[in-house]
Amino acid sequence: MNTSLPVPAIAGRADLEAIAAWVAPGASVLDLGCGEGLLLNYLKQSREVRGYGIEISDANVLACVKNSVNVIQSDLEAGLAGFDAGSFDYVILSQTLQAMRHTEEIIMEMLRVGRQGIVSFPNFGYWPQRVQIMRGRMPLSDILPYLWYNTPNVHLCTLADFEDFCATHGVRILERIVMQGERRIRFAPNLRGSVAVYRFERI
Amino acid sequence: MHFDTPLACRSGAQLDAYDLMYETYGTLNAAKTNAVLVCHALNASHHVAGYYAADPKNVGWWDNMIGPGKPLDTDRFFVIGVNNPGGCFGSTGPASINPKTGKAYGSSFPVITVEDWVVAQARLADRLGITRFAAVMGGSLGAMQALQWAIAYPERIANAVVVAAAPKLSAQNIAFNEVARQAITTDPDFHGGDYYAYNVLPRRGLRLARMIGHITYLSDDAMMEKFGRSLRSGTINFHFDVDFEVESYLRYQGDKFSEYFDANTYLLITRALDYFDPAGACDDDLARALAPAKARFLVASFTSDWRFAPERSREIVKALLDNRADVCYAEIDAPHGHDAFLLDDARYHALVRAYFENVARDCAIAGVADR
Repeated sequence: MNTSLPVPAIAGRADLEAIAAWVAPGASVLDLGCGEGLLLNYLKQSREVRGYGIEISDANVLACVKNSVNVIQSDLEAGLAGFDAGSFDYVILSQTLQAMRHTEEIIMEMLRVGRQGIVSFPNFGYWPQRVQIMRGRMPLSDILPYLWYNTPNVHLCTLADFEDFCATHGVRILERIVMQGERRIRFAPNLRGSVAVYRFERI
Repeated sequence: MHFDTPLACRSGAQLDAYDLMYETYGTLNAAKTNAVLVCHALNASHHVAGYYAADPKNVGWWDNMIGPGKPLDTDRFFVIGVNNPGGCFGSTGPASINPKTGKAYGSSFPVITVEDWVVAQARLADRLGITRFAAVMGGSLGAMQALQWAIAYPERIANAVVVAAAPKLSAQNIAFNEVARQAITTDPDFHGGDYYAYNVLPRRGLRLARMIGHITYLSDDAMMEKFGRSLRSGTINFHFDVDFEVESYLRYQGDKFSEYFDANTYLLITRALDYFDPAGACDDDLARALAPAKARFLVASFTSDWRFAPERSREIVKALLDNRADVCYAEIDAPHGHDAFLLDDARYHALVRAYFENVARDCAIAGVADR
């Protein structure tokens, strides 16, 4: 694919566009940490997806109600105990993995409840961040805009780290898209990509 | 409004004819698509909002929620409040005169259920020419009626607003109800439910019942915050009369309630709560019970509600999800306990307001399609 071709974005979120492209029309989707329901709203309108979001924040739950998006107020860290095994086609976690405390548990939960999981996260291996660390500073960038003392991100990883995790946890990666801004990165993605999106299932 | 068609109750008994007391707010649009039914809980009435010109102190029980410009905006919606059969605010109930005997129904009034109420409400809707409600809304026992509407009349309800709900009572819930009923039925003035003939009221029992109920409506924290261990006279007096403010409060609430509420109605309504269990007829499978529902749902619970805790609402949400129904569920962090559904809370009201914005938009579309 031509890397210079811009990927159309959902309000500037190229990772969401990539995720949306993977979701089969008419599928059922559970979006963990769905924010204001941007992705679900898009999926509902463009792909007739039956979707539900999970959100903990009052403001985001209210925004989902305003956007006519199905939302369930709940704390992801408590797991997905209220959801039956295999009850969704896709369980999505976009830009939230790195801020989860129970990272292992949530990925396993995603694959219990969903037939496939989709995650997107900022790539810690992105080269400008490596440069900042080499200069002796914590990375600060568009994708990691927080200072070390007030960041919500507790489990950052690189593409290589995530792929190792999958290999050791019985997770098969089905598809990967790496982006820098809205451009897709094919060459040296762990160095040149700022955001990664993965689709995966249980082995 | 008078109804001559007998109401065949779930119990097998029937109410030959009955009156329903109702109030409306706002204007029903030409297409009749903007009607919202508001169902009352244990001790409330058809008087959901506003006040009467002759009685400005008698403010409706959900006045902070319903009215012009309020979350359920009566400038846009036609809101109906109805006193259920068995009630004591003008609808036919145990204190009404049975035309067959010329005496108060008393103990002969049928044990009425949530299902029966909803049938009666649907008949009222028929009379008012409303084939489909934009929403049916209620808190607590009122929420059970909204659920029952969605199950029994899926075509007649576009949205169900289910607040501080439970899909059925727990053993503890029933136990509290039983204590309340025992308080009433063991009052020497109860006379087997036919106290009207003796010109007495089982006030002591009803007062106790209300006191017990009131404890379950508030959270431990809310009570502590409101009363703490404050003393009425500043010191303990080594007696069994009122020392603590909380005692004084409960007595006041009990006294006030026993002045206007009918004890038989209290018995009936607590029983209606006990018996409501839509999953019961479906091998305890709530998802199956809710399968006929076509409405969109707003479900809201309150974190400090221990009477109908958030877990109980989550059971409803899970069942709706299993059916792939449209549902928004909010768990509102409020300190007041079960009573929170009646109180003014910015997050809660913003949520209901936002939801009704969508209802207004959607029923306007339906209104165009109808033509």
